[in-house]
Amino acid sequence: MARKIRVLVAKAGLDGHDRGAKVVASAMRDGGFEVIYTGLHQTPEMIVQAAVQEDVDAVALSILSGAHMTLFPRVLELMKEKGIGDVLLTGGGIIPKEDMAALKQIGVGELFGPGTTTGAIIEYIKNSARAGTGTAR
Amino acid sequence: MAKTETGPAPKVTRSPENGAPTTPPPLFETLSGIPVQPLYTPADIAPGLEERLGKPGQFPFTRGLHPEMYRARVWTMRQFAGFGTAEHTNQRFHYLLAQGMTGLSTAFDMPTLMGYDPDHAMSFGEVGREGVAVSSLEDMEILFRGIPLDQVTTSMTINAPAVVLLAMYVAVAEKQGIPPEKLGGTIQADMLKEFIAQKEWICPPRPSVKICVDMIEWCAKHMPKWNSISISGYHIREAGATAVQELAFTIADGIGYVEECRKRGMDVDEFAPRLSFFWDVHNDFFEEIAKFRAGRRIWAKLMKDRFQAKNPRSWQLRTHAQTAGVSLTAQQPLNNVARVAIQALAAVLGGTQSLHTNSMDETLALPTEEAATVALRTQQIIAHETGVTNVVDPFAGSYYLESLTDRVEEEAMAYIKRIDEMGGIIQAVERGFPQKEIADSAYRFQMQVERGQRTIVGVNRFGGDEEVSIPVLKIDPEIERRQIERVRSVRAKRDAGKYETAMVALRDACMSDKNLVPFVLDAVRAYATLGEISDVFREAYGVYREPAVF
Repeated sequence: MARKIRVLVAKAGLDGHDRGAKVVASAMRDGGFEVIYTGLHQTPEMIVQAAVQEDVDAVALSILSGAHMTLFPRVLELMKEKGIGDVLLTGGGIIPKEDMAALKQIGVGELFGPGTTTGAIIEYIKNSARAGTGTAR
Repeated sequence: MAKTETGPAPKVTRSPENGAPTTPPPLFETLSGIPVQPLYTPADIAPGLEERLGKPGQFPFTRGLHPEMYRARVWTMRQFAGFGTAEHTNQRFHYLLAQGMTGLSTAFDMPTLMGYDPDHAMSFGEVGREGVAVSSLEDMEILFRGIPLDQVTTSMTINAPAVVLLAMYVAVAEKQGIPPEKLGGTIQADMLKEFIAQKEWICPPRPSVKICVDMIEWCAKHMPKWNSISISGYHIREAGATAVQELAFTIADGIGYVEECRKRGMDVDEFAPRLSFFWDVHNDFFEEIAKFRAGRRIWAKLMKDRFQAKNPRSWQLRTHAQTAGVSLTAQQPLNNVARVAIQALAAVLGGTQSLHTNSMDETLALPTEEAATVALRTQQIIAHETGVTNVVDPFAGSYYLESLTDRVEEEAMAYIKRIDEMGGIIQAVERGFPQKEIADSAYRFQMQVERGQRTIVGVNRFGGDEEVSIPVLKIDPEIERRQIERVRSVRAKRDAGKYETAMVALRDACMSDKNLVPFVLDAVRAYATLGEISDVFREAYGVYREPAVF
């Protein structure tokens, strides 16, 4: 039997807006993923450590505080350092289009803004996460 | 209760012929899940309406707090503002006052809200982004430069380190030669809703509430014109609560603070007149008006009957309101102007004392000056063009609205009873009860949207392909570096002896039952930074970590 896709839903930095992260986590769980939620106020180091320990197929980072241009690159850099550079890093929040494009350039996956359906996020992770395709992104 | 259904995720219904998703029938219910009839008649109003309403300005204040409401004075137009450094926000304040705004409202950045100095590792990338960075008294002096603090009222949206900002405000006023008794305004300082919804904390719930009560007590003695707390439903609603849950959990928080103050031996009439509230105003027009009216009635009855308050001012639920940020869409952002106007109208018809209207661009970033101006103009149009201010509580007697007001009250009271049975709101919060109810409602709403049972114009219906782009405020990353330099220079140039003395006294006070306000005041006068004072709290009371449940 195929292993369930394991996703780490993470909240980085000081941002306390967890409505979206929790809704997405619930939808992923009901959509058949194994979901690990970090809780609030995690540093990039804590998030990457959790991703390694939990052997996840994707990290989904939620940032609504405007700090995405510092936090996404930092998490990505640490993932590479810790040998999980093949794990999908995706996420969502209040992220302007041009910032999304810049983050994609450095290797971050699709980023989702307000109005996205949970179905679209689940579909994307199914197709792009490590376990979903059997290969690295 | 109708709106607390839990269990497995709702499934998309599919046509038996071809498996295509089918649109479920429209929901004839309010956003709280209260069923709505096609028509209301006198039969829908329970006997005793006149008693439930009272006269405007009289118990139980269903019809409003003042006999003449907006004929005598329109609500305070108070636009929340703050970004970058103190200089940037000071400029925005001067601009907004020049545009006819009548009260200031300060938004702080995340490090300030969480009690960190800008050079702390947790502040990385967040300085000045979501509000203004205030790290020491020096920033506060710049923030209010050129604004005589006895002539404006100021609202400060800050909670975990609220006592530090209150002390800084008092200290800035001192430097302007204004004593605390002349200061008017509000400090949010509502920690219970932080644990429930907004999630900005330093210490665990009990010491956090202790510090809130210190402020209520100190303000009752020294700042008679100051609202020592703003018991907030706004964040609870934004986190996903329904209108009924917002009302219930917020009033339950209010009950919690009143009980803690009474445990300290304070007389309810000493502090209750300065308790204030803060509602969200969402899209369900009639339910929102009903919520404002039901809220006043519930609070008046609680204060008079349960807490035996004698002063009629103690019975009054005075409230600020803000349109629902969460209802705004990033798609077709100009549509948000219409949403905000309708929500603002509901707040006015509900009888709010002050109002913030959101800017159309707030799902994208902090507002630009142009967007903030349109938001303020929206209030001015409601106040001065529509005629709604001419008549007090104009919907009173409407079969639908009165029946809905009763129903909202009844459902909120059922929640309040459950929380009482748990031993009060602090216990309920420690058990995660309101948190779970809110997360369930947020999920339920999202699934309704995804099934097409709820319409969000421009998102799940009437979407256009064309991208509408509006200007967005950019925060210069340079601000972080400048703020770090400033706080370091404050630490270097302050009188080290005075600073040490004040900090030692504060540490000792934290180990006792003493009211902390005077000690924090001495510390900020000695230019102790916000992060340093918050560290004293962390050492004394510990740091809160939320159990990560979803």
